[in-house]
Amino acid sequence: MLELDRLVITQDDFRLAADFSIPKAARVAVIGPSGAGKSTLLSVISGFFRPESGRIRWDGQDITDTAPGLRPLSILFQDQNLFPHLTVSQNVGLGLRPDLRLTAADRARVDEALARTGLDGLGDRRPGTLSGGQQSRVALARVLLRARPLMLLDEPFAALGPALKDEMLELVADIAGETGATVLMVSHDPADALRFAGLTVLVADGVAHAPRPTAALMADPPEELAAYLGRPG
Amino acid sequence: MRTTQVSTLIVAGSLAAAPAAAAPVLTVYTYDSFVAEWGPGPAVELAFEADCGCDLQFVATGDGAALLARLLLEGAATDADVVLGLDTSLTARAAASDLFAPRPATAASFALPLEWTDPTFLPYDWGWFAFVYDKTLVDTVPADFEALAASDLKIVIEDPRSSTPGLGLLLWVKRAYGDRAAEIWQGLADNIVTVTPGWSEAYGLFLEGEADMVLSYTTSPAYHLIAEGDDTKAAAPFAEGHYLQVEVAAKLKSTRNSELADRFLNFMTTEAFQSVIPGTNWMYPAVTPADGLPKGFETLIQPEKTLLFPPEEAVSVRDPALAEWQTALSR
Amino acid sequence: MADGAQPLGTWLRLAAGGAAALVAALTVVPLGAVLARAGGVVMLGPADWAAVRFTLLQSTLSAAISLALAIPVARALARRQFPGRGLLITLLGAPFILPVVVAVMGILAIFGRGGLFNDGVAALGYGRISIYGLGGVVLAHVFFNLPLAVRLLLQGWLAIPAERFRLAAALGFGPAEVARHLERPMLKALAPGIFATVFLLCLTSFATALILGGGPRATTVELAIYQAFRFDFDLARAAALASLQLALCAVTALAAARFAVPAAFGTGLDRPFARWDAQGSARRWLDAGLIGIPALFLLAPLAAVVLSGMPGLVSLPAPVWKAAGRSALVAATSTGLTLALALPMALAVARSGRARTLEAAGMLPLATSALVTGTGLFLILRPLASPAALALPVTVAVNAVMALPFALRSLTPPARDLEAGYGRLAQSLGLTGLARLRLLTLPRLRRPLGFAAGLTAALSMGDLGVIALFADSDRATLPLELYRLMGAYRMEDAAGAAVLLLALSLAAFWLLDRGGRADAGT
Repeated sequence: MLELDRLVITQDDFRLAADFSIPKAARVAVIGPSGAGKSTLLSVISGFFRPESGRIRWDGQDITDTAPGLRPLSILFQDQNLFPHLTVSQNVGLGLRPDLRLTAADRARVDEALARTGLDGLGDRRPGTLSGGQQSRVALARVLLRARPLMLLDEPFAALGPALKDEMLELVADIAGETGATVLMVSHDPADALRFAGLTVLVADGVAHAPRPTAALMADPPEELAAYLGRPG
Repeated sequence: MRTTQVSTLIVAGSLAAAPAAAAPVLTVYTYDSFVAEWGPGPAVELAFEADCGCDLQFVATGDGAALLARLLLEGAATDADVVLGLDTSLTARAAASDLFAPRPATAASFALPLEWTDPTFLPYDWGWFAFVYDKTLVDTVPADFEALAASDLKIVIEDPRSSTPGLGLLLWVKRAYGDRAAEIWQGLADNIVTVTPGWSEAYGLFLEGEADMVLSYTTSPAYHLIAEGDDTKAAAPFAEGHYLQVEVAAKLKSTRNSELADRFLNFMTTEAFQSVIPGTNWMYPAVTPADGLPKGFETLIQPEKTLLFPPEEAVSVRDPALAEWQTALSR
Repeated sequence: MADGAQPLGTWLRLAAGGAAALVAALTVVPLGAVLARAGGVVMLGPADWAAVRFTLLQSTLSAAISLALAIPVARALARRQFPGRGLLITLLGAPFILPVVVAVMGILAIFGRGGLFNDGVAALGYGRISIYGLGGVVLAHVFFNLPLAVRLLLQGWLAIPAERFRLAAALGFGPAEVARHLERPMLKALAPGIFATVFLLCLTSFATALILGGGPRATTVELAIYQAFRFDFDLARAAALASLQLALCAVTALAAARFAVPAAFGTGLDRPFARWDAQGSARRWLDAGLIGIPALFLLAPLAAVVLSGMPGLVSLPAPVWKAAGRSALVAATSTGLTLALALPMALAVARSGRARTLEAAGMLPLATSALVTGTGLFLILRPLASPAALALPVTVAVNAVMALPFALRSLTPPARDLEAGYGRLAQSLGLTGLARLRLLTLPRLRRPLGFAAGLTAALSMGDLGVIALFADSDRATLPLELYRLMGAYRMEDAAGAAVLLLALSLAAFWLLDRGGRADAGT
């Protein structure tokens, strides 16, 4: 269970409060107007931005002051998810050992992850020679190997076409299913939320609201969400 | 087994160390070019060590001015027994430091153009400053500073603030012209191509053809003649006379090898030392060797008049003369 | 988004702190030792202030002109590919790494009274031009520093991700738009630092300024220090002048850090570098001229040095070869030390976001007077060990610290980009310590590291840190041997030694900078 305990995030005159928890293995969409603080919330959970006050706990353990790499989570950013000078295999291998001292067994696992994400035979290529969809798959292969219990997705597939994006979301769902991970996904698209996420956190007007079942939320949107969705409330 | 090895090592070590420990070390501070492979240092060391039963060690520091600066920095704590390579522009300040002991009496007769009476500093070589030119390129050789100033010959000189020849030229003009020195410098201003930090740069520029004449020594043509077989270089004799530079050595008061130091200073006036000087330092030896000077030196000009400020006076005229020089050349 | 500053690891904190301490130990501490020995400073006289004014004037002019000329040259080099480009870029670095006296002789062989340029002017029926004076000083400083500025700027151009140029091409940008949207932001980030570097280099110029300045009008602060030390043995005045020089350096370095605007180009995917703008034959010819004319200006004096030295090269005396070996050793050691100092400092500056003090500390060596540093070190170290025994270690340490500003100038901007682009990803993956160094820092900074290493090796070969007080006559380095030969009338041997020095420096630069060239294409 991920607990955000009276979390307050401030940056200049921006302020965001969050006080809720997310059950284990849930898939949660984070939705809200641009600039509301969705990415910032993920940044705080992943440890790149220090909250003003409040605590973050995973399974009861306080991780507020833990270094990003040591937190029980994997994050995919909007961009820069791969090191361009490393090969695909190396980028994925970082998920097993950040120093890349891989054993034969580790290498086999990397190959397996590549196969699993449809990247067979591309291990020696560099990211610059891959398509956008393939680049996303490489990042996901690494998430698969890291097998952290929490996955944060900060719109990593925003640049992909609808079909490709659906494909990626399915892959995410599969991986989460396999590893039993909890997923937090920033999204702009209510359809994605409906299809992918059982719960939705609405971020608006300085508050990240407690998660509610997505279907119910979309069926009866509160005022802020209705405004965002462009429907009368 | 192990003990035996160790004791053997100790015995062997002490045997090897014994003669070296017995031989006293004489430390001589000098300027860098003295110890270069082509300088006098190697031959001098060989000759002195042949019968002194000592280890002569040269420690080289830049040029004469840097050498004195080092001694002043070290003070009485210096390792030096003897310093070799100060010159007449530095002796007054060196004497004022009170670091030096009187030189031993010597029977040698100095072949200097002036009588040498200094009780501390022992002369080992000397030369006259002069403007050197290429005979094939300069038709009308100026006979004095005024003629040089009136000519359109281009000269390169050294800066008196950073080099000994530069300072020598400053004192030369001052000694020859006294109150008219500023006027002479003003006259020379349009002849001076540039002023260099040291002798090497000036001489290099001259050889590259940047100037018709360079401030150097009357002995400079001897190098070209003897070492290169090139007889085109000559020094211009000036009617005012030529300023003298004498290079000297002295014993440090703080030395623990006083006798050995005296022995070295005496050695410096002997044939073994003096005969090395002309062909390595390209200066006149302070004591003429029995065989005379190397062939080629007889072709050099012999100034009729020698100029030199007494050491204390050289110090007192230095600053006003420098101010005149700077004003005249900064117009 | 993130608050920029990343925590510095313990090892990085220690390494950067240690590097800064060593810089201080070789700059501020020796000055303090001289001050202590002198018992204080004295008020500077009018002649000293005249020297300060001339120094500031010539430094400002030299830096402004070097930078102004370097921008079009670097731009032309960045957008053109042609055979021999890599070789040309290496050769262009040569003036910067030559010992001053040798380079000045080369300049005079072309621009001097009897130089080729004046022969040409005379053949056309015009009067010969005298190089001596402020113009000559600035000309020589541009000759020395234009190549440095070009190389540093070229790095900036190559650091703009290929994706941005692709985008520019897609948007139909011509040279003007590329300049406005890509090149100008890059220049705003780099130019202040480069200007400051060249300015500070010229600030301590001494031999060049005097030889080409034509007389006492061209008295620089460094010459005034020289005079105070040698002519008057006035340590108090030497220390006062050196303090002033250091203060000017600190102000300049802080100002440069203040005015530099980070470019924030983001990162690319290492796609092959290609340019689509500036097509058309008029622009091609323009760039050919922009590359060709400075190349001629920089290479002609070098050619003169080589030509005059070739005859002497075959008959060099044995000590010169030994000295060359020693210099190579000194260069290799100094290079290792410089990189060990520069990399942690650059990373610390890049990560902590606001490390102007650390950045400025890295510039201090540029404005230290070699004479005062040498004297201070001598005062400090002499009670501990024999100066001759310390000659090589001191030479290595001083060379390493003197080269540090150039290494930092080359490393800091890419280190910033690296942190901005990949710092978060590395953190999220727990990529830390040595693994991060090996897998991220070293491979991504390969190009600036190679350049910094090449520059340091070449500069150390030419001995930035010749300190007369420590000179060990039996173990002279090549530049010292060269000066000795010149001092003993052996100009032909000296010219030969200069060619050897040039060849060694360029070889070291070429080898180490290969990483940079490999990426630069061709």
